[in-house]
Amino acid sequence: MFNRDVWKEIFEAIQKNKLRTFLTGFTVALGIFIFVTLFGMGNGLTNTFMKFFGNDPTNIFKIYPTTTTLPYAGFKAKRQIEFENGDLDAIIKEFGPMVEYITPSIQRGGVVTYKDQSDNYTTYGVGPGMQIAEKTIMMKGRYLNSQDIREKTKYAVIGRMVEKDLFKDENAVGEYIDVAGSVFKVIGVFQDDGGDNEERSIFIPFTTRQLLEGNNDKIGQITLAFNKAMGYGGAMKFDKQLNSYIRKKKQISPEDPRGIYLANVADELKQSQQFASILKIIISAIAFVVIISGVIGISNIMVFIVKERTKEIGIRKAMGATPKTIISTILLESIFITAIFGFIGMILGIIVLNSIGGKVLEDDYFITNPSIDSGMAVFVTILLIICGALAAYVPAKRAARIKPIVALRDD
Amino acid sequence: MIEIKDLHKSYKMGSNSLHVLKGINFSVQEGELVAIMGSSGSGKSTLLNILGMLDVLDEGSYDLDGVPIKDLNETKAANYRNKFLGFVFQSFNLINYKSAMENVALPLYYQRVARKERQEKALKYLEQVGLREWAGHLPSELSGGQKQRVAIARAMAAEPKVLLADEPTGALDSTTSYEVMDLIQKINDQGNTILIVTHEPDIADMCKRIVHLKDGVIIEDKKIEQVRAAQYVQ
Repeated sequence: MFNRDVWKEIFEAIQKNKLRTFLTGFTVALGIFIFVTLFGMGNGLTNTFMKFFGNDPTNIFKIYPTTTTLPYAGFKAKRQIEFENGDLDAIIKEFGPMVEYITPSIQRGGVVTYKDQSDNYTTYGVGPGMQIAEKTIMMKGRYLNSQDIREKTKYAVIGRMVEKDLFKDENAVGEYIDVAGSVFKVIGVFQDDGGDNEERSIFIPFTTRQLLEGNNDKIGQITLAFNKAMGYGGAMKFDKQLNSYIRKKKQISPEDPRGIYLANVADELKQSQQFASILKIIISAIAFVVIISGVIGISNIMVFIVKERTKEIGIRKAMGATPKTIISTILLESIFITAIFGFIGMILGIIVLNSIGGKVLEDDYFITNPSIDSGMAVFVTILLIICGALAAYVPAKRAARIKPIVALRDD
Repeated sequence: MIEIKDLHKSYKMGSNSLHVLKGINFSVQEGELVAIMGSSGSGKSTLLNILGMLDVLDEGSYDLDGVPIKDLNETKAANYRNKFLGFVFQSFNLINYKSAMENVALPLYYQRVARKERQEKALKYLEQVGLREWAGHLPSELSGGQKQRVAIARAMAAEPKVLLADEPTGALDSTTSYEVMDLIQKINDQGNTILIVTHEPDIADMCKRIVHLKDGVIIEDKKIEQVRAAQYVQ
């Protein structure tokens, strides 16, 4: 079956029927190519999802105060809930070891000026815990510490883009900036993997912010990191306990859909992962449909090829070819073509995936680092080869059974 | 060489069947050149197909060179065809993407003859039919007569016991027909057994024996004085 003569015969048939070979090969190569690129793009989308969340820690609750919608405990509806410094202490006292760290975040906009440069930036009044919660990386200087909070220092930590915009090439650390009318000393510059926007913010001690706003004790939203040891189930339980504790403390109806909103990053991550995996399943399904249509395409071409060769098969049979040699010749030819072109398609697909990865694709189409597991690519190529062989086998077997007189009948 | 006894063959055409051969008794000795004649529908092609194992008989017996031809599966039929028979068809049936030499070498390929030997033999038989210089040409580059001579060379290449020719001159003009018949006569002169199906009397007259078929039975079987085709060929 694998002697030189058989292959010579096959090469001859391939060489002398270039169009036929090309059509079959093109279908196979295109099918594999589309599969590889599509599947790779799917992986790229999933990567982007992972990156969105992979950036920040996942053991985070964010608690936002909102307005109530139900009257409760003598209060009317539409009451604006506000958190105070005491709430932080109360939560720590109540939940103790379940809380890794807790920090408020008072968000304000405002014009920030250095010498003759000024622009609008978001300023956050935060505690030291925020550095971990936002995965802020210090490029130079330092982050806010608990002493800054205690002493209500007028220190600011600015983002890389803020330094770039306001200070141009100068070193910002140690310089003074004007934040909405108050002068702050820059003590550090940070970067953030979350992108340019996150690097356009400024952190100051939340106590300083409270001092500037009439020495109040309002703290905006609360960011809380739970102890990772409790796991996903524990976190979900803690989520409920914390929610009802705050509702009780703030006298919000347990039935009120608003009042406070508690965002659970762990839960969001899980949902997003589910979304990403469903997206990937859909893309994989499409990719497999492409493969199936490729298989159907090959089958059609094979039926056509065998039909076209009926007369030749009849001649060969009259010359003494056995059905076995006829089937094996047709099969080997088909496997050979699908294998060669399948791998060409696969390699082209991988090349395309490698060359399209980049910033534009990432920012505009949410595709990060598109790639396909090479095992998967090879598996699909082999699958297509097998399907191609099966598709050729059925008509080949039928052709081998045709009586030579039928095949040779003059038409 | 060929021994046929009480051969019957019918074809199913939907609900009714068509009785094509109705009891043929017929034998051919080695070295004979037999013309099987008859109008269309007389069953002459069916007879040839059965002789060529391209079709199976319904009833009766068929011995070829002492071997009973029966209960053939496809593989066995293929092997017998390869060993015993050479075919020449009206429409030549050359493989159009193979050169003359490759076409002639084809039956040898199925006999598993080594490549070198195959080519040598193919060239030898092309030489015999006078087409050695055309060995590298494709069938599309050959004239009808040349194609048929390549087909004859191909049939002879396997050194068969019997050469079966189905209307070998049917697609050729008379001059070319005589050239082909001249070639067939020469091959017969070397001692090869040849059967020709034809409806042309002048072609039949160039054989040594004429068998007339009508409505599925042999109505006449006579030895004749052979007309040599060479006299018509310049």
